[in-house]
Amino acid sequence: MNTKNKRKDIVEKTMQGVFFTLGMVTIIAVVTISAYLVLNGLPAIREIGFFEFLFGQVWRSTGTDPSFGILPFILTSFYGMIGAIIIGVPIGLMTAIFLAKIANPRIAAVVNTAVELLAGIPSVVYGFVGMIVLVPFIQQIALHFFGIPSGANLLSAILVLSVMILPSIISVSRTALVAVPRDYEEASFALGATKMETIFKVSVPSARSGITAGVVLGVGRAIGEAMAVMMVAGNVSNMPELFRPVTFLTTAITRELSYASGLQRQALFSIGLVLFCFIMLINIILNFALKRGHKG
Amino acid sequence: MNIISANKLSLHYGDFQALRDIDLDVPAREITALIGPSGCGKSTFLRTLNRMNDLIPGVKITGEITYHGEDIYAPQVDVTALRKSIGMVFQKPNPFPMSIYDNISYGPKLHASLSKSELNDLVERSLHGAALWDEVKDRLKKSALSLSGGQQQRLCIARALSVSPDVLLMDEPTSALDPASTMKIEELMGQLKQDYTVIIVTHNMQQAARISDKTAFFLTGDLVESGQTDQIFTLPRDKRTEDYITGRFG
Repeated sequence: MNTKNKRKDIVEKTMQGVFFTLGMVTIIAVVTISAYLVLNGLPAIREIGFFEFLFGQVWRSTGTDPSFGILPFILTSFYGMIGAIIIGVPIGLMTAIFLAKIANPRIAAVVNTAVELLAGIPSVVYGFVGMIVLVPFIQQIALHFFGIPSGANLLSAILVLSVMILPSIISVSRTALVAVPRDYEEASFALGATKMETIFKVSVPSARSGITAGVVLGVGRAIGEAMAVMMVAGNVSNMPELFRPVTFLTTAITRELSYASGLQRQALFSIGLVLFCFIMLINIILNFALKRGHKG
Repeated sequence: MNIISANKLSLHYGDFQALRDIDLDVPAREITALIGPSGCGKSTFLRTLNRMNDLIPGVKITGEITYHGEDIYAPQVDVTALRKSIGMVFQKPNPFPMSIYDNISYGPKLHASLSKSELNDLVERSLHGAALWDEVKDRLKKSALSLSGGQQQRLCIARALSVSPDVLLMDEPTSALDPASTMKIEELMGQLKQDYTVIIVTHNMQQAARISDKTAFFLTGDLVESGQTDQIFTLPRDKRTEDYITGRFG
């Protein structure tokens, strides 16, 4: 009979401890950030008033008669997200389907590399290209059709965000589509389904939860993005319209944080808190909406 | 009467030849069993009959397979129509991750737009056809994945029946099932051959002997021998057939 190897035993126990501690780091980070946001975000909301803050339409943080209404930012972030979903999700999903089910391996490899590169581009570069290329282009359109002389507006931001969310939607959806058991697709073909019928009626529904994850990830990025948006959205606290310069929840914080003080500074923390809740809410809603009916 | 005939059929996966000059006639409304050791080409042959091998890149087929006298590899053939007529049941039960009802109605909905009541009838008829109706009639909206393995396989048979095929290809349909479920499916096949032509690939020689009318023995890509099942199992003409059915290899 072997006696227990003491040294091995100690290594086992230590490693377990190490893994547990490292696992805790994430939890600690989440709890700390949440607590910090709540603690720092609440005072300004209390002072300004919950409804005045969330539903006020005027943000005038530095005047002699300051007003802290963030409804324009909330709506801008919301519209920006919806716009990015409307443009980005179909493109992303179709690309994922193309990569997973249709493209021959050589073309798929090329497209895949492009997707990976797109994922690796820093957001400041997206913003930069948006500013140099997209904004002047949109400006032409805005001027020509609406007589508005600015290209830095909600539409530009939506277009930039749509491209930025593509990589996460494509790569996560693609993985989910590749993982659909071949059995399901064969069963569909054997019943006389065409390739497209099989893709849209069997493969995509089977990959639904993975596709959802990709969309949620992409949308999270769209809502949380500040840098690129700041460079193309115009940053005026307007109520959102496609061809108006606007401010997102994220850019409302970044544009003033460096010089803000007092209540203004506290109000920026409150915006952070709202953004945080906003993202949580969207995640929950998207997960619920897209996964519903999955269990047939 | 022969419903399907293979003439000089060869199949290559890239450089590898998986089938060599197969000549085989399949009589209508009988059960034809394809037997042979693993890798002998029997499943590959089965999959040429509904052109499932088309889905694999690098497959090259020469020779001819006729179905009702027409070459199924002719360029003008509508593959989806062919697969509708020649249904298939797979080795592993593979119901879609949908409700029992949706599994059955999937196929018919591809080919025609049917009213709710027509669909209901069709689902009931198909499930009856696979001897599953009584077990699932109260839970048609439940997920097909909640069924037992044997029930899932009968659901797959019902699904194949839903598009009114006239041939059923079965690729080792009972190899993933327990003996009781296997027996049920064998009984079912006995009933199915009254309306359908059944071609079954099986590893299990007793199964072939029990249920089939005709047997074809494959070995390393060749069709060694085919004939009436009684004759193959009692008086094989080829030494290799005899060695295989008496269990000397395989």
